[in-house]
Order: sequence, then C-alpha cells, then structure tokens
Amino acid sequence: MKKIFPVSIFLCIITLYNCYAQEKKLNIIPSVNIKKINGSTINTDSITNDGKPLIISFWATWCKPCVMELNAIADNYKDWQKETGVKLVALSIDDTRTSPSVGPFVNGKGWDYEVYLDPNGDLKRAMNVNMVPHTFLLNGKREIVDQHTSFAPGDEEQLFEKIKKVAAGQPLDK
Amino acid sequence: MQFTFTYIPVINKIQTLKISSIIALLFLINNAKAQQGISGIHGNFQTDIQYYNPDSAINAPAVPEKVLANSFLNLVYSSENFSAGIRYESFLNALQGYDQRYKGNGFFYRYASYTKDDLEVTAGNFYDQFGYGLIFRSYQEWGLGYDNAMDGIRVKFKPHDGVYLKGLVAKQRSFFDYGPGLVRGADGEFNINEIFTSLAEKKTKIILGGSFISKFQADNDPIYKLPENVSAYAGRLNLSRGNFNLGGEFAYKINDPSSVNNFIYKNGQALFLTAAYTQKGFGATLAVKRIDNMNFRSDRTAIITNLSLNFLPATTKSQTYLLANIYPYATQPNGEMGGQAEVFYNFRPESKLGGKYGTNISLNYSRVNSIDTVALDDERGYESDFLKLGDETFFQEINVEINKKFSKDFKLILTYINQIYNIDVVQGLVGHGTVYDHIGIAEINYKFNAKHSMRIELQHLYAEQDAKNWAVVLAEYNIAPHWFVAAFDEYNYGNDDKDLRIHYFSGSLGYTKGVTRIAAGYGKQRQGLLCVGGVCRQVPASNGYTLSITSSF
Repeated sequence: MKKIFPVSIFLCIITLYNCYAQEKKLNIIPSVNIKKINGSTINTDSITNDGKPLIISFWATWCKPCVMELNAIADNYKDWQKETGVKLVALSIDDTRTSPSVGPFVNGKGWDYEVYLDPNGDLKRAMNVNMVPHTFLLNGKREIVDQHTSFAPGDEEQLFEKIKKVAAGQPLDK
Repeated sequence: MQFTFTYIPVINKIQTLKISSIIALLFLINNAKAQQGISGIHGNFQTDIQYYNPDSAINAPAVPEKVLANSFLNLVYSSENFSAGIRYESFLNALQGYDQRYKGNGFFYRYASYTKDDLEVTAGNFYDQFGYGLIFRSYQEWGLGYDNAMDGIRVKFKPHDGVYLKGLVAKQRSFFDYGPGLVRGADGEFNINEIFTSLAEKKTKIILGGSFISKFQADNDPIYKLPENVSAYAGRLNLSRGNFNLGGEFAYKINDPSSVNNFIYKNGQALFLTAAYTQKGFGATLAVKRIDNMNFRSDRTAIITNLSLNFLPATTKSQTYLLANIYPYATQPNGEMGGQAEVFYNFRPESKLGGKYGTNISLNYSRVNSIDTVALDDERGYESDFLKLGDETFFQEINVEINKKFSKDFKLILTYINQIYNIDVVQGLVGHGTVYDHIGIAEINYKFNAKHSMRIELQHLYAEQDAKNWAVVLAEYNIAPHWFVAAFDEYNYGNDDKDLRIHYFSGSLGYTKGVTRIAAGYGKQRQGLLCVGGVCRQVPASNGYTLSITSSF
C-alpha cells in the first residue's frame, strides 16, 4: 500500500513534465465565477478587451501598496488607454468585512477601472495569487504574457513599456 | 520493503495515498488530450524561515529548534472542464505565533473538480461561502495559520439563468486532522432580473438568497444531553438601483451549547446590513450589525480559530499602520451590536480644495457595544431584547485620512485616529480596563526619478490608560523594479515601567523579479499586520532573522 505513494508522485511528475514539454501555449484567464459590485454573478469568460491588452490587478482596500499601484496607474490611465487601448480590471479580494465599501472606495479615489469582487478567493486560487498586489498583463487573446507581485513607484512605467509592446504585437523579453 | 514515511507523520496516510494515485491517474488520462484546449500546470510556493533569539524583554521565548519554517507548494492542473490540485505543506516546526498543532508535513489538501452542463462537482478539499458568511464560510489565511478547509463533496448547479444552487457534505480540517463533526449544507441564490427576462432592463436589481447548514456531532457527555444535530438558516437580500446598493443577511441558529458560550442552551441570531451610495468622486457606506450567541463550529469544544463554520465580519476599519494595530478589534461572537459609517471624497484636480493634483479624503466612524441581556435561571443563560443596545462599549473609532498630492513626485498622507478599546472584552483579559487613545500619522512619498523612490512614516500614539506614548519612524527606499530596503523603529518611550521602554527595531532587504520575491530581515517584531516593500502580511511577536520566498508559475 505504502509504495503507491512514491509511484503516484512519480507518475504525476512525469505527466506534468509531459504536459509542460508539449504545451508551449500560454495560460489564459481561468473560467471562474466572480461578483460584480452590485452582487450579481459573472463569469471571467466575459472579461475581454476586444483584442487589446488587458491588465488584471488583484488588490484589497486594506492593502496600501495595492492602492499605491492603482493610484499610480490612474494618473496615467487616460493616456495609456488612448495610446494602447488597454483596460484595467481591478479584482478586489476584500471579504464581507470590507467588500461593501469597495464601490464607494473606488469612486472616492476617482478610479476609472472595471471592478469585480472575489470574496471567496476562487479566482485568486485559480490564478495562484500568493499575496496582493499581484498584477497580470494579458494580450488580446486573453493569454497571460506577464505578471508581477508587489509594487514600487516606477513599476507602472515598466508596465506601460510592456503594454505598448503587447499592443503592437511584439514579444516581451524575459 | 521497509519503507518508512517519516515525512508524513500524520493520520489519514492511507487516504492521502489513495487520493494522490487517483490524481496521478487523472493526469495521465487528461494528458492524452492536453494539446487541445486550455490545459496546463500551474502553482505557487512560499516559504517563511525564522531564526530566533530569546528576548525576555519583549516576551520572546527561547526556541529550542532555533530555526523554524512554514512552507507550502500548490500544484494545480487545469483544462477547460477539469481541474485537480494538491498542496504540500510543511511546518518544520511551525513558526512562533502559529498554533503548535501545525507540526510535521504532508499533502493535506487535494481535490479534483469538473464542470459539465452547468454542473460543477468537486471531490476532496474546497473553500466556499454562503452569502455574507454568517452561517458558513470556509477559507484560508496562510499568513495567520488559519485553514478551515472542507473535505468532502460539493456540487454547484445552475438550472436556469440567474439561479445558482450549491450543496455540500463534508468534514472540516483541524490542523493535520479532521474535526469530529459532519457538515451538511445547501445554498440558493436567485438573481431576479436574470431569471425573468422581462425584468432584465429594469433599473432596480434584486438578488435573493437562502442557505442552510447542519452539523452533526455525537453527544458523549456523561451529564448533559447535548443537541447532536445543530442547524442554522440564513436569508439574504441585495437591492441596487443606480448608485444605491442595499444588502443584508439575517441568520438563525438553534441552541448549540459550546465551550465558547459556556454551554448554554440558547438559540443564536446575527444580522448584518449594509447600504452604499456612490458616484464619481464620492462614496459613502453604512453598516449595521447585531450578533447574539453566534459562535458556530463543527466541534462544540473547539476554541479560538479552530473549526469555525461561520464568519462574523468586524464592522470596523481594517488598519494598515503599525501603531493603529496595537489595539485591533475582533468580533465578539457571544454578543455585540454596532455599526460603521464611511465617507470617501475626491476633490478633483484644479478645483479649489483639490489643488493641482487633487486631494482625497476618507472618514470612518465605527462603534461596537454589548447587547442588552437579562440573566435567566434556566439552561438558556440569558435573554436579550433585539433592538436594545447594551451599555458596555467594546470599541469605537474615529478615523480621518487626508491624501494630498503636491506634485508629480511628492505626496503626503495625514491620518488622525481616536479609539476607545475595551481590552478586557476584546482580548479576554481581566483588570486592564478600557483604553482611550489618540494616533497621529504622517506619511511622505517621494519619487526621485523613474526608478528611485522613498517612503517615510512618522507615527505617534498616546494611550493614557495603558502603555502611554509610542512613536514609530519608518523609512523605505525602493529601486524599481527589483530592490527595496526598509527599516523602522517602534519605540514605547512613554511606558511607566522604564524596563518596558523598548525599541522594536526592524530592518529588511528584498528583491522582486516578476512573481518571485525574496526578502530577508532582522528585527524585533510586535504582533500585527506588517506592510513593507510592497506587500502586507501578519507577523507574530519575535526577535530574530527572517527569510521569505514566494513565487508562482
């Protein structure tokens, strides 16, 4: 009985390796139900940006660096949109304690983002988010081309350089 | 033949073996179709290692192992309609401040799930929440050592547009074991505007929901006759129209004698109501809450965070600054009544008060009192008037924050906080009384150029009834996109006892590349939510060296 364990682990690794080696495709947004600010349910499949770049930023109202990042992007958001057509989706992981304030908080900051709630952490887990902020950049095919965690002022400019490349259909250097 | 699995010194080995071989099989089967569709392997990893120095001045005990480490690796395989995952956890041994029943390592989280024809089936572990969570919420906070994952079967079904049904039968995780209770539950959510197409375009949107949870735990008590099946019900409503949103949930639980409520045979109730109004540049919320005997666990003898079935949100502000976390509020499940009001306002750039770059303000007021109770001589313990506020104040806070941008590179955030904090009630202590504190905070953000920036925090707290004056100086220097260095000193300079005038000094250095982040530090830390170098995490009290690595793929 006990031998099954290492055997199965081994099989797992082999199979994982196979998948990995064969698949050069990029991950797309997993299909998960999340909530709109008004409480209605929506599937992530409907998050798109008509073939233009998309940013998904996991954040919370109590997370200072998250708010710094979203503020920094908000300062340039109109210019970014004009230049690249990019759209930012702000995905709040606030729980019941703070989720009722998410809508008012966003408007109080004057942000123009599309905002959703992930109160049960389903999307957070599906996208392997350890902690916030965690920001994903997706291309027009909704494939994840870049991601980063944490925020330092200036990171937003690096992000914009990447958005411009993605918008122009160029590859990102790793 | 003599294989010894010293690395899974926990129960349920057999089950772990079975499940992992099943997962392997599923991987194999799925591998055949892996090239089509959207399949892939992904996961994440985190390790936190600490070397401990004994420090009697701050009550940091000697740690015989010297080095302790908490780590996990999540591995998830997903394709279009199928996903399976396992998580390896290792507590060798658990960091100080975490429950020491987290000891050892192994795969204690694994699941397989598929979706077909609007039906989603999950076997194994899962996290879920019914409505606001007043009767059921299963979730994980790794940084707090909180994990009440369910293990069983969950089914979600969407029979019609706007109708979302869920059902579950499961046991609940308790460290590296299961709690003794069985948990059965069902939830339905009905989005009226989606169900009736004629209402789709109506301005008023209505969502109704109802949920039910029943737990079974055998009564082995030689004296008391305890209810073996305890059920709880909840109903919720969400109503929105234009910029208005109104939501709420009411929950009821039959009598459920437990360690937390001193084994009284009284039913429990909880009410949570929120209202929000928001338009561009302005937002306001109001929340009201009443909790009466709503401790609900799958084991009646469990305490603290173990085996909790429900989630009773605190209607107080979540704090991020160090000194604002010295007196943090926690919900009192046996009874509390309170509310919170919040206003956010954005003075637009180029307006009179907004200045060139705009000014942001937020105001928060919250208050929590006891519920009004009349003691009874029978097994019910007490009775309580639903609408009457109790006399005892547990917590109050007035919080004002002004966020002002002076130039493209210079930003200032000023905060004033005034709190009333009942130490005896909130922390379950005796003889500490109530603290009335004042906190002032100035935060300066300065950007030197596209890559270099600095953040300084100056904080002061005065609490006459407790440790008097506290001051914090924090400086953080960032070089985007990779480096940060930070240091702070938290100094209780006003303590009446000269030996307790302690400097909690801490320094850290970190490197981030994409989703990989490595941080090393040294310091004395008071327990609290710590936000440095771009992320927030809960840290327990300690003195020593730390190293943490997080990444995902």
